[in-house]
Amino acid sequence: MIVATLDQLWVYLSGNPLLSLLMTLLAFMLAVRINRALGGTPLLHPVTLAILMLIGFLLLVDMPYATYFEGAQFIHFLLGPATVALAIPLYDHRERIRRLLVPLLMACVAGIVTAVASTLGMAMLLGARPVTLLSLAPRSVTSPIAMGIAEQIGGIPSLAAGLVLITGSIGCALGPWVFKLLGIKDPAVQGFTLGLSAHGFGTAHAFARLGAVAGAFSGLAMGLTGMLTAFLLPLLTRLFGLGG
Amino acid sequence: MPLILGMSVLLACQFAGELVARGLALPIPGPVVGMVILLVVLMVHGKVPTSLRLAGEGLLRYLTLLFVPAGVGVMVHFRLIGEDLWAIMLTLVGSTLVTLGVTGWVLDRLSRQHAVRTGRPGNEP
Repeated sequence: MIVATLDQLWVYLSGNPLLSLLMTLLAFMLAVRINRALGGTPLLHPVTLAILMLIGFLLLVDMPYATYFEGAQFIHFLLGPATVALAIPLYDHRERIRRLLVPLLMACVAGIVTAVASTLGMAMLLGARPVTLLSLAPRSVTSPIAMGIAEQIGGIPSLAAGLVLITGSIGCALGPWVFKLLGIKDPAVQGFTLGLSAHGFGTAHAFARLGAVAGAFSGLAMGLTGMLTAFLLPLLTRLFGLGG
Repeated sequence: MPLILGMSVLLACQFAGELVARGLALPIPGPVVGMVILLVVLMVHGKVPTSLRLAGEGLLRYLTLLFVPAGVGVMVHFRLIGEDLWAIMLTLVGSTLVTLGVTGWVLDRLSRQHAVRTGRPGNEP
């Protein structure tokens, strides 16, 4: 009798958005705690950890992603207004951005060309299939833009979005190490580099770890990279003899 | 009330951004256009209202959390990623490494040269 009641209770709970919403918040808090306990290592970013725990949980209780997203979409929705809010730190640091505008634009173009060329070059050498190649190409752009670009050049939009997220966590893990190696200490340069290489993930990381200046430059890089890549990528893929 | 006012401004800008992006069939997502719209509004207005700062900075402080639901979506693509697993992982790590290095190096150099040329240090706030 009690078993049956628990069963019914689970059927009710697993179909209710409340559970996935609560699980997302709990997983995130737990991930932040674990990361802090490990000395804040960038190799196990709280977001990556929270995502892995949630995937594990969903597989364990056999809940499809679509059901999970019904609850989690309330958190996901806030990404829109948060992206708009990036205008605030940009406005706060407008003088410095105006002063550095030319170097910023040049670094942005250099970064995009490097990202696309190294991605396509390496994936081709390693023998990835053409459809994978074209889904990989926009990987350093924020996911909504990447999905649009992937569709335009002949990749799979949802796969592109997944690869974008993996890129983000790799970028956050490797970033501090690369900065140390190259002796880059300026938070503006660090922020911009993270925003370009690891898009929204990098921007969130910059805000959380490196402060408001890095966050502002990271948001700027994310926006600029998205817009420029949308124009540059179709040209670059044609250069590599892919798609149309 | 200030939190509601600030949130309304953010949502209004996003709404306007979506309208522009859809209306002109731009390849750029609505919120990014909304960000540009809010920046222009702030430039014209000349300062950031307290209510907007309260709502905006509150959201930005928890930006990392907002990526979690979309990130869990990677599980849907396990099969597709699995088919090219090594090629994909090696490419992502290698290419992200090179991109971080090149971008950081170029910007670091250029901003220092720029500071020397204009006689102003580039890394003052």
